[in-house]
Amino acid sequence: MQKGDSIGSTTIRLDRADLVRYAGASGDFNPIHWSESTARSVELPGVIAHGMLTMGAAVQLVTDWCGDPGRILDYQTRFTQMVPVPEDGGATLEVTGKVGAVDAEAGTARIDLTVTDPGNDGARVLTKAQAVVRWDRQ
Amino acid sequence: MGVNPDLQGRSYPPTQPYAVGREKIREFAAAVKAGHPAHSDLEAARALGHADLVAPPTFAVVLAQRAEQAVVQDPDSGIDFSRVVHADERFTHQRPIVAGDELVATATVETVKSLGGHSMVTTRADIATTAGEPVSTVRSTLLVRGEE
Repeated sequence: MQKGDSIGSTTIRLDRADLVRYAGASGDFNPIHWSESTARSVELPGVIAHGMLTMGAAVQLVTDWCGDPGRILDYQTRFTQMVPVPEDGGATLEVTGKVGAVDAEAGTARIDLTVTDPGNDGARVLTKAQAVVRWDRQ
Repeated sequence: MGVNPDLQGRSYPPTQPYAVGREKIREFAAAVKAGHPAHSDLEAARALGHADLVAPPTFAVVLAQRAEQAVVQDPDSGIDFSRVVHADERFTHQRPIVAGDELVATATVETVKSLGGHSMVTTRADIATTAGEPVSTVRSTLLVRGEE
């Protein structure tokens, strides 16, 4: 494993039902994530996805790559673009990951994720999305 | 009214104990489309050396949000929740959260910064078992937009 190695890519499909499901599972019932009129009343383009839903779904690529969600020691991101989720068609996000750094002494690797929204001119919806993974256990 | 700068350094009492259940982990994993069997299949989780079903890496937000409520609802905070945007989030796990854990979360305001009429409030939620074992640290920054 070397800095720059790809860990692959995946696609996340989000529709309104996904937002309602995440609201219930997480306890984040902010109406901007399910009510069109509330979202528009605070100058949003419409209902938007929870940033934490995008963050939570994007890390699946890292879990699949390392084979054990318990190996993810640290995971952070900044939220830089909102993800509008239209009632018709929803949203589709593209996720790619590569090895950003390897710490042989600590037995960890940092995976850098790129998450873009092709429906919004390819805007990067997360930045500095990084997961630190333990790779030497057993 | 802006965010009260005296908030910096303030800690809040721990949340009520939260019992992490298998069905909650399955429900949360489905909601974030986390398909790894360690989130849903007990045999698969145990085969990886875990005591029980493993929570997805961002599950700790459920605990952190409860703790952060104390900050947002502090009558002294000056935070207008309708003007809040989530700026960043970070999870640091001392160990994975597993079903059967009984957890409490304690919120502390790490920093309050003013930035051209806006405020950035960074909170830390320390998550531990009711027996006192540290489990996760969750840092979250809220951007509170200033009045026009």
